Amino acid sequence: MKPRLILVGNGMAGVRTLEELLKRAPGQYDITVFGEEPYGNYNRIQLSPVLAGEKTIAQIITHAPEWYAANGIKLLTGDAVVAIDREAKTVTSAKGVTAAYDVLLLATGSKPFVLPVPGKELPGVIAFRDIADVDSMLSASRTYTHAVVIGGGLLGLEAANGLVKRGMTVSVVHLSDIIMERQLDRPAAVLLQRSLESRGIKFLLKAATAELLGETRVEAVRFKDGREVPADLVVMAAGIIPNAALAKASGLECERGIVVDDALRSSDPSIYAVGECAQHRKICYGLVAPLWDQAIVCAEHLAAVSTAAYEGSVVSTKLKVTGIDLFSAGNFQGGEGSEELVFRDPKRGIYKKLVVRDGRLDGAVLVGDTRDGGWYYELIQQKAHVGHWRNKLVFGRSFCEQPLERPGEGPANGGIDGNANAARRLGSTTIERRNPPAPEAQAA
Amino acid sequence: MSDGGAPALKTTCTTCPYCGVGCGVLATPKPDGTVEIAGDPAHGANLGRLCVKGSALGETVGLEDRLLYPMLHREGVAQRASWDEALAQVAEGFKKTIAEHGPDAVAFYVSGQLLTEDYYVANKLMKGYIGSANIDTNSRLCMSSAVAGHKRAFGEDLVPGCYEDFEEADLVVLVGSNTAWCHPVLFQRLVAAKKARPEMQIVVIDPRHTATCELADLHLPLAPGSDVRLFNGLLAWLHEHGVMDAEFVEAHTEGADKAVALALQTGGSLAHVAKACKLSEEKLRQFYALWARTEKVVTAFSQGVNQSSSGTDKVNAIINCHLYTGRIGKPGATPFSITGQPNAMGGREVGGLANMLAAHLDIASPEHRALVQDFWQSPVIADQQGLKAVDLFEAIHSGKVKAVWIMATNPVVSLPDADRVREALLKCPLVVVSEVMARTDTADLAHVLLPALAWGEKDGSVTNSDRRISRQRAFLPVPGEAKADWWALAEVGKRMSFGESFEFSSAHEIFVEHAALTAYGNAGAGGRGQGMEAVPRMLNLAGLVPLTAEAYDDLQPLQWPVSQVPIPHPPSPIPASRLFSDGRFAHADGRARLLPLLPRDPVNKINDDWPLVLNTGRVRDHWHTMTRTGKSPKLADHTSEPFVEIHPQDAMGWGVQNDRLARVVTAWGSCVVRVRTTSAVARRQLFVPIHWNGTTASDARVGSLVNPVVDPISGEPEFKHTPARIEPFFVQWYGFVLSRQPLNETTLRTLPHLAWWTRVQGTQFIRTEFAGRGEPADWSTWAHQLLGASSDDPDWLDTRDASEGLYRGALIEGECLSACVFLSPRPEDLPARRWLSGLFAQESLSDMDRMSLLAGQAATPGVDAGATICSCFGIGRNPIAAAIREGCATPEALGAKLKCGTNCGSCVPELRQLIALVKAERQ
Repeated sequence: MKPRLILVGNGMAGVRTLEELLKRAPGQYDITVFGEEPYGNYNRIQLSPVLAGEKTIAQIITHAPEWYAANGIKLLTGDAVVAIDREAKTVTSAKGVTAAYDVLLLATGSKPFVLPVPGKELPGVIAFRDIADVDSMLSASRTYTHAVVIGGGLLGLEAANGLVKRGMTVSVVHLSDIIMERQLDRPAAVLLQRSLESRGIKFLLKAATAELLGETRVEAVRFKDGREVPADLVVMAAGIIPNAALAKASGLECERGIVVDDALRSSDPSIYAVGECAQHRKICYGLVAPLWDQAIVCAEHLAAVSTAAYEGSVVSTKLKVTGIDLFSAGNFQGGEGSEELVFRDPKRGIYKKLVVRDGRLDGAVLVGDTRDGGWYYELIQQKAHVGHWRNKLVFGRSFCEQPLERPGEGPANGGIDGNANAARRLGSTTIERRNPPAPEAQAA
Repeated sequence: MSDGGAPALKTTCTTCPYCGVGCGVLATPKPDGTVEIAGDPAHGANLGRLCVKGSALGETVGLEDRLLYPMLHREGVAQRASWDEALAQVAEGFKKTIAEHGPDAVAFYVSGQLLTEDYYVANKLMKGYIGSANIDTNSRLCMSSAVAGHKRAFGEDLVPGCYEDFEEADLVVLVGSNTAWCHPVLFQRLVAAKKARPEMQIVVIDPRHTATCELADLHLPLAPGSDVRLFNGLLAWLHEHGVMDAEFVEAHTEGADKAVALALQTGGSLAHVAKACKLSEEKLRQFYALWARTEKVVTAFSQGVNQSSSGTDKVNAIINCHLYTGRIGKPGATPFSITGQPNAMGGREVGGLANMLAAHLDIASPEHRALVQDFWQSPVIADQQGLKAVDLFEAIHSGKVKAVWIMATNPVVSLPDADRVREALLKCPLVVVSEVMARTDTADLAHVLLPALAWGEKDGSVTNSDRRISRQRAFLPVPGEAKADWWALAEVGKRMSFGESFEFSSAHEIFVEHAALTAYGNAGAGGRGQGMEAVPRMLNLAGLVPLTAEAYDDLQPLQWPVSQVPIPHPPSPIPASRLFSDGRFAHADGRARLLPLLPRDPVNKINDDWPLVLNTGRVRDHWHTMTRTGKSPKLADHTSEPFVEIHPQDAMGWGVQNDRLARVVTAWGSCVVRVRTTSAVARRQLFVPIHWNGTTASDARVGSLVNPVVDPISGEPEFKHTPARIEPFFVQWYGFVLSRQPLNETTLRTLPHLAWWTRVQGTQFIRTEFAGRGEPADWSTWAHQLLGASSDDPDWLDTRDASEGLYRGALIEGECLSACVFLSPRPEDLPARRWLSGLFAQESLSDMDRMSLLAGQAATPGVDAGATICSCFGIGRNPIAAAIREGCATPEALGAKLKCGTNCGSCVPELRQLIALVKAERQ
């Protein structure tokens, strides 16, 4: 009999780990997946475009039930695991299913942080985490007028943008005096705020929420300084908390999240954890890129093909708000021993700051023109020396590097670049940045 | 003009306003306001050729910065006035000064840029009516040693040869003449002649290895100021080798014995001469032997000879050799003075120098004075020499001269010890300046500013280096209230109650009067009264006296003397004329003079404190103080900045670096310019160009450094030799601005941290280069001030790298680039100005252009990734399409290769679509 692998949490991190595992060791495990939500796996990051009306739920489903079947995976949806018996090596679900494992993979993600204020239980107060939350927002937007988003971070701003697009009056409430202070420096934050304001989003900065008011449904938000704003819908987007309750209850070592080593293994050698629920070298990641890195390392170990070590990830951030380009990565706040390269073009909404330390790129903030975000991200990860590009670096890759393709070389000659008709055809369906893509059937 | 249809284009034959070659120019104004310029194939000076300065004349006729109305300085502010007011102030001021202090308390300082007619009226007013000879000209600065040398040798200021002699000679010696740059068309004729006859020999004698040396078979880099020794040595060599035209010397000259004796004494030993001139004996012997054996030899000289405290002797040292060998007045054999200005010769002909009277007549001769006064019927006649340029401004400084009228020249830049000239004018109670430009260093000091006509607007005649009178004709409308200089002079004459003697209504009337004066009492003819003796002289325009207005308008270029009325359109070209072909000279006895010449070193010698020799001169594409050439982007391109040339080893020794700034100091002044190390200058010599001034650079008026030392005979300053030293001028950063509007001059002079600047005209922009010390609290604020970005919320983009001290900013107005600024501690890190300048032609700037603007370069075209597909990794369509063509058939394969789609995955559908499209394209 094959060893049994149980995945708890049918989300991006867990399923990606399975994919990586199947690539390396197809059929090695007998796999069962428990998912709390009643769907296959979907791309949670794409909920913002769904809210904004730029994508449909169908478009963000990444793994339909057929995929699980095709890979011999047993999928149990709408059923959360509620207990782990580490002695017996079994899990038990809310619906009473008990299953035995040889290896357990926890990918329970995170929970939204809900402010502990009076009124937080009122109808109309929601988080922004899953498809159900999007549905609540969409239905509220059809009936109500005033939305307040608590939290001026990445998620909050994406929610605010979606709600404005759905016709609501939206105020973003934020504790700090600049938005996205963890991902942006001040000039970038100011620039971003300005362009969001131009889309109709209002900002209430340095505002500490004291109470949510309302009888049968939320009606207003009151702040500690006494100000009040009307609210028919309150979206809590003030942060996330790793969802480690199950692990903690089973006696695994947990701090903020489930403590894992460089192999993504918990304090129980039979139990691994990946994604937002995991805490690696004191860090709980809330972004997607580290999940992919973790998935690979974890799969290597599960497949027993290497002893690769996960050493943490350099984080980059992008805001998924159509028409607003924003990127940050690495240690962009600068500080002692670092040097800043800055480009500002406020009339075009462009701000770029690169932080150089010891001749290497250490961090980047880009607003308005994020074309080179990926390249900078690579340079940061590679710890590449950038001294020779220093005068040009802030202007981007196309000012630093040689041409990608030498003209007149290779098969490209008769192709898109060389053939006018083909180029026009391609041009006619030119894929603009973040426009909703045409249905794939049309393209075939 | 007909209404509707485009007017037919009219081409005007005129003459170039730059150097003394005097090229014919065809100017065709276009309906769009530009002027098409071409060389005139029918003009004997250039036969259709033009140099770069001449070719760019069309770029200099714009009305930007022109002085268009009379201005009066009242309480420190220039205010527009009527001509009547302005002329009254000039006339009253001069009258009052003369009444209180006598006629020698007033002066005119005029210019080789004036037309002969302007010059004539100025000279007539000063010498015949005011009664002083205080009229001098900027020709004093370039030509007066040649004038004095000619007069001593020939008895009159005469250039014997013609340009054809350069082509017919077997040996052309160019002494102190960077002909290639300063007289390019004559040089081109020489190049063509040498190409046709490669055996023709060309020798360049110049302390510097100039562009002219490229054509030379032999270059003699003689020690500055040692020309008399060199040519005394040649005369001694000729004597010792029996190379002498004894018959000619006997029949047509005086003084050969004494001249040879002194030459033998001072130049008899080749070794001695070689040492004194710092030349190798071998080269010197080669030159002497070549000169001695070549019958057809032209020895041409220019400012390197003239601008010296022994300039006149140098001229005569050259002429001595030609007289001794009879190599004069013959085809291909002559000494030849190449003049610097378009009408230096015309000015000399009418007497526009303080030591001349008029029409080649002498101020010292009572007969000559009587002749001129008789012709003019004037109340008085000046009876002693007036003040020559340097002395004139010294007299203004000391208060002896209290009213001065400056025309078409910029002495605050061009005279030696120019800071003292500035002081003099600041002290002078009445300074009148006739100008075409609103702002020059000199115009800024005027009490009365009179708007003059510029080239293309004024009408009259000029004489070039080979005695060729050509018409400068108007082809542009008169702008504003500008007037001909002769008109302003005549109006002042009338207001000083000299009435009918100044009733001129056209340039033609003046020219005919001038021609009549040259003929008056000349060679026994010319209609002089009974009982008056003839005063023969070679300058005789008798044939032009009967010219009608139409014939004057139609006058074709011709060489004087002119005894016959010229045929309006001769069927074949008139052969060039030479003087002295018959061996007759202009001295009363008909003989030329050889002069005994004692070599003299430059007055101020180098010593431990001032160990270097400062030499000055022109660059190829600029003219004088740049008031005209400075307007042309094409001309500005060649040499855009003031500089000092220094030998690389000296640069090391004095601690100055190529491309960095240095201060050049003399006992009279200093300037700050960029260093160019080059072995074209000899050790212990510096070269600084003359053109830059207070409106084009912070500190580059080389005139302020030049010693106010003059030739005792000609009064010409020693521009080519001032003891100097050089020191590094430390700055912490360099930068430049390109701006559509010139940067405010007050800002440039007062903005903190700016230590040095210079600016130059480009196409649609002005470039200001600068350097500075210290750092402002905020570069952005500083740059806003520099560029005058004054609005509350300017469209301003910038980039900075504080640790490296880099700052770049740009101001956009509308969609266009208005100005950009670049700063760096290392000048070599500043981007290419040429590439940036192209952005000024663009009507709008894309986001990429804005980035490129501050990057100072275009984005590498192939690096353009196209529209972004994968936002997470910034992967564009182009590299993805390329990867698909190379075989990536799935999003996964693309992800493996390019990383696209491997982060948030939202682009995977787009990747699939692109894969399908590329497949479709292949089928």
